[in-house]
Amino acid sequence: MPDQPRESTQITEHWLARPQTIRWLWWSFAALLAGTVIADLFVTHHPKFGIEGTFGFGAWFGFVSCTALIVFSKALGVILKRPENYYDD
Amino acid sequence: MTTDLWAIGSLVPPGLVLIAAGLLLPALSGSGLWRAALLLVAPLVTLALVWQVPDGAAIAFDYLGYRLVPLKADALARLFATVFAGMAFAGALFALNQRRTLELAAAFIYAGSAIGAVFAGDLITLFVFWELMAIGSTLVIWAGGRGAAGAGLRYAAIHLLGGALLMAGIAGEVASTGDLAFKAMAADSWPRYLILAGFLINAGAPPFSAWLADAYPEASWSGTVFLSAFTTKTAVYVLLRGFPGTELLIYVGLYMVFYGIIYAILENDMRRILAYSIVNQVGFMIAGIGIGSQMALNGAAAHAFVHIIYKALLLMSAGSVLLMTGRRKCTELGGLFRTMPLTSICGIIGALSISSFPLTSGFPAKAMISQGAADAQLAVVWFLLAAASAGVFLHAGIKFPWFVFFQRDSGLRPDEPPWNMRAAMVLFAIASLAFGVAPAWLYALLPYDVAYVPYTPSHVVYQLQLLLFSGLAFFVMLGWLKRTETITLDTDWFYRRLAPWLVAWFAAHVTPHLQRLADRAQGYSNRLLAELYRHHGPEGVLGRHWPTGNMAFWITLMLGLSLLMYYA
Repeated sequence: MPDQPRESTQITEHWLARPQTIRWLWWSFAALLAGTVIADLFVTHHPKFGIEGTFGFGAWFGFVSCTALIVFSKALGVILKRPENYYDD
Repeated sequence: MTTDLWAIGSLVPPGLVLIAAGLLLPALSGSGLWRAALLLVAPLVTLALVWQVPDGAAIAFDYLGYRLVPLKADALARLFATVFAGMAFAGALFALNQRRTLELAAAFIYAGSAIGAVFAGDLITLFVFWELMAIGSTLVIWAGGRGAAGAGLRYAAIHLLGGALLMAGIAGEVASTGDLAFKAMAADSWPRYLILAGFLINAGAPPFSAWLADAYPEASWSGTVFLSAFTTKTAVYVLLRGFPGTELLIYVGLYMVFYGIIYAILENDMRRILAYSIVNQVGFMIAGIGIGSQMALNGAAAHAFVHIIYKALLLMSAGSVLLMTGRRKCTELGGLFRTMPLTSICGIIGALSISSFPLTSGFPAKAMISQGAADAQLAVVWFLLAAASAGVFLHAGIKFPWFVFFQRDSGLRPDEPPWNMRAAMVLFAIASLAFGVAPAWLYALLPYDVAYVPYTPSHVVYQLQLLLFSGLAFFVMLGWLKRTETITLDTDWFYRRLAPWLVAWFAAHVTPHLQRLADRAQGYSNRLLAELYRHHGPEGVLGRHWPTGNMAFWITLMLGLSLLMYYA
């Protein structure tokens, strides 16, 4: 879950930042995710290579690709990250 | 055949209008209204002229035995010139309240040169505009202020290197083929390798990708908007025209695609994230050029066209945030949607477009490159491009708007930027949506006929799955994506750290030895010189001036001796 400020329940808070809105946004997002996968039942894909026509391919491939990219970046960052003023001194 | 220049005197090279406007601008810096008028009218005049240039060589003449074609048009050139002129207009509108006249003048010369390069029919004309672009863009960076001085210098050095490679290649090409015309070439000789290398340096290809993320974010809030459009996309244009179907470009493009994503994931500066994502996007285009089919080349051209618009839009929203808050780091931003709703919405539209969401301009454009890979049965390329498409949403599509406009509440409550900046953003936001809703407008501009239908149920569902589940991965792994106040080392380390370190090490450890050797050599040579001086110098036995009397004495003596011998 995104780290939204929990204490901001006052009426003065922007409607988009209220906890109930955020909860609603999460449920909508979940419904949307499910919807796109379910939609696969109703469309015919025309795969060129085979595997990309399987059920829910875009969903798992997108998720796995991004997870792999984040993990790889994180590992690379351990080696290559430096303080911001690295080149200044 | 001396000059058919005068026969078509009514034809003005469109790029020259912008260059002239750029040169005129400093004279008008005092009068706000005239300045604004020039800034807005010149790009529109240029745009109108772009569409006046007929197909084929419009201006051509012989000079010093070479056939120069400074103005030659076809659909591909017109596509790029159109979006360059449109970009100059929107950029000028966005930058109307930029007080540094140097930046705007340089930006117009830069944009005009890019249009000039696009219409160049020969390699010499191309080179002249290529170098003018380097000068104009360097000045745009330097106009960013004192902090941009070093980055601008490094930028200029890399681009002068690229220019030197290009010039060497052109000279070799002319020497070996005798042909100056700029046309499709096979990368099969050293001159052509050099030309290709010169083009690729400007595209942000490895091993020099670092110049882009080093220099662009150091320009002013408006300067980066201009910079994002012209250099890399002119490089895409010349690769499209010069080296379509060169297999090497597929691998170069794929490297750039992933390089851009990974470095952007690690980055904290909001505009540097977008700079890395330029490399990523240009990577898609270059991979398409490498695939080389009409589908893929159309895709690369279309992608360049829409990319200029949505990347400028993203950088306009980032520039607005920078101008209104004075901050550029994700760790210092967040929650700005409260007081900058329009900027946020425009930034999100740019972010959705770059991610190729259905109904945005990225969707019908980038898909043609993937289709090209599928048609050519390049399975690995297709899957890597698909993974990269997911990665685009990750590193630019969500990351940029999330960390800048949402995330936590930074407590900042900046106003929206001035009206002209809002107008420029709205203009490009509308364009980004329009080309997505009505791709036929985009397809009509492409170099080849388009037989591609982007909006099929299969494609839309697949793309939504890919992107939305990338979004899920983003939020699930948000802890790992937390920004840190760091930079990430890149190949520029070699010339920013290693090279100065080597110079210092050389000075400390090798120079003293060399100095000692030099001292000793000097000692020897001094002694040698002293000896020579002793014998041959003014006081030396062999170099001395002998008085004339001596000579007379010796001659008299010898004459006397010979006389004596004669009588003896």
